[in-house]
Amino acid sequence: MQKFTKITSVAAALREADVDTDVIFPARFLLLLDKAGLGKHLFHERRNARGGGKTDFVLNTAPFDKAEILVAGSNFGSGSSREQAVWALTDFGIRCVIAPSFGEIFYSNCFKNGALPLVIEGDAHERVMLAAESGKPLTVDLEAQTVVLPDGEGIGFEIDPYRRRTLMLGLDEIGSILADDASEIAAFEAGHRKDQPWLFLDDGRLERLFSGTRSS
Amino acid sequence: MNAKTLYEKVWQSHVVKEYDDGTSLLYIDRHLVQEVSSPQAFAGLIEQNRPLARPSAHISVADHAVPTRDRHLPLAEGLASRQVARLIENCKHFGIDYIEMTDDRHGIVHVIGPELGFTLPGATLVCGDSHTSTHGAFGTIAFGIGASECECVFATQTLRQKKQKTMRVTLNGALQSGVAVKDIILALIAKIGTNGGVGYAIEYAGAAIATLSMEARMTLCNMSIEAGSRVGMVAPDETTFSYLKGRPLAPTGNAWDAAIAHWRSLPSEPDAVFDREVELDVATLSPHVSWGTNPGETSPVSDHVPDPASESDPVRRGKIERSLAYMDLKAGMPLEDIRIDHVFIGSCTNGRLEDMRIAASVLKGRRVAPTVTAIAVPGSASVRLQAEAEGLDLIFKEAGFEWRASGCSMCVAMNDDRLKPGERCASTSNRNFEGRQGQGGRTHLMSPAMAAAAAIAGHLIDVRKLGSTN
Ligand code: SF4
Repeated sequence: MQKFTKITSVAAALREADVDTDVIFPARFLLLLDKAGLGKHLFHERRNARGGGKTDFVLNTAPFDKAEILVAGSNFGSGSSREQAVWALTDFGIRCVIAPSFGEIFYSNCFKNGALPLVIEGDAHERVMLAAESGKPLTVDLEAQTVVLPDGEGIGFEIDPYRRRTLMLGLDEIGSILADDASEIAAFEAGHRKDQPWLFLDDGRLERLFSGTRSS
Repeated sequence: MNAKTLYEKVWQSHVVKEYDDGTSLLYIDRHLVQEVSSPQAFAGLIEQNRPLARPSAHISVADHAVPTRDRHLPLAEGLASRQVARLIENCKHFGIDYIEMTDDRHGIVHVIGPELGFTLPGATLVCGDSHTSTHGAFGTIAFGIGASECECVFATQTLRQKKQKTMRVTLNGALQSGVAVKDIILALIAKIGTNGGVGYAIEYAGAAIATLSMEARMTLCNMSIEAGSRVGMVAPDETTFSYLKGRPLAPTGNAWDAAIAHWRSLPSEPDAVFDREVELDVATLSPHVSWGTNPGETSPVSDHVPDPASESDPVRRGKIERSLAYMDLKAGMPLEDIRIDHVFIGSCTNGRLEDMRIAASVLKGRRVAPTVTAIAVPGSASVRLQAEAEGLDLIFKEAGFEWRASGCSMCVAMNDDRLKPGERCASTSNRNFEGRQGQGGRTHLMSPAMAAAAAIAGHLIDVRKLGSTN
């Protein structure tokens, strides 16, 4: 996974609350099978005029079409679990979204893809939004846990230490669970099987249920 | 001291280890796999050459993109066909049981999990779909995850998670006739907001819960995510056990007795403390409809479209203005004056047998308005077959509904069931987001009874005004 330590970029301002994942990445593009190249469908309905051509949506407008930061209203990324919303953002080039709050699944999906969802609330959020609208670059420094505005003001932010480390090191979470925790998982599973044996379907019930329809 | 909630008990019994940063490695018992969120997860496994940790923990079905008319492969739509084919290929490669589209057990993941007895109390269950909260109706910790987390479950049978805070939603009183559990959940979301539940696992409790069927509890838990909560739960009770008994994958014999004994120990202790308490008096509720572009933008159907000018908070005002513009509604107009073009009865929220029965009871002896196109899409083949055995399909068809095969259909518009730009739909699904039912389409969320009533009237209407035909 791509590391995230510090970025400096202009920030696109999206003054809107409750921007859901259907708006970020419309469902019909979920039929695509790959992670790569989804940026062209990011905010598809907002960026493309009904009759063809581009709208004046912020991400269509220089210099924000190259923005690596997006500043949005509360509850950004609410709705579905589609990770395509994150893949589309990162493919477009956006590595950090700053909002007062996020949809929870979107929030955790970001960390699996080297993207930083940053919670900044209240007056500080408004100052970040104004800075974004000014078109001058901001700096997001994950190491120092600070956003630096164009006028030099630093705004500190909180972030879960595990998630911060994952991003800074570009950790492969699955790889580290397999490397570090495998024996504990096996031990837990053995005990769990004793405690709640009905939760394990390797006793042939699945096979019986699907005999005849089993695809192998 | 230390009296535990339902959520804490199930959580505790699945913690493999706790890390010093406050996260836990949580064991995942069950995983439902569908076509949309799995291809990239499987691709990740193949790329890293990682096997499945436990193939019997997963079952798989294609539900989102499947057509509800012609189900023969290859599907008419190329991309959907390719996606379903990829799922079948991946299941074969990894040894996961896949349920064919033409199988009598086909259906939406969140409808068939419970039907098969795959969903069990006290278990952890995940799916790459946010409405996985549905399964919490059984006292299961069930939550939606992204594709990367699906990959993690495939490879490790675990997820690294932070324990949620707990919120108890106490439902007092009994529902009036003509009012449904859908109205409860819409009213709750309007009350606490679409992000009111972020960070919390909700437990629904109170006198009203005991009287609700499993279908109704599933509707409630299903839409927890629309309040921002990944997890919504109901404590298992006799209703839960009698629903599960005899289901194909439910335990049998001694295992059933042992399971029941365990499940009886799961409800929250009387003196357990929740991080947040919310109460709702359901006895005074009336039927609700959504008017905006998120499920919190909902009002009793007897109300009017809100006027942004009377909203003092500028952010809220802007949101209402935007919603009204998208929905093409005028501030102050009665909600019952909103005319509709389509009706959709179905989805993992309201596509179960009880929903079909309620809608049919409204439709019986009536005709869909000539300006309305109406479809009923059972949530599963089993729902469809049972409904047909009861003759419900005939009632739907005689009223002028199309009666379809199971799938997500017009809830998400990934198949050919979709609104055209500007069209307006009364829908029993769960999301009224911009474009959710088709690019430029407009959605009003409501209960099955209310959607059936709207189909007949041609506009939104309080179902109780229709009176009885039989
Ligand atoms: S019916 Fe709708 S909400 Fe439910 S799983 Fe399908 S697409 Fe998602």
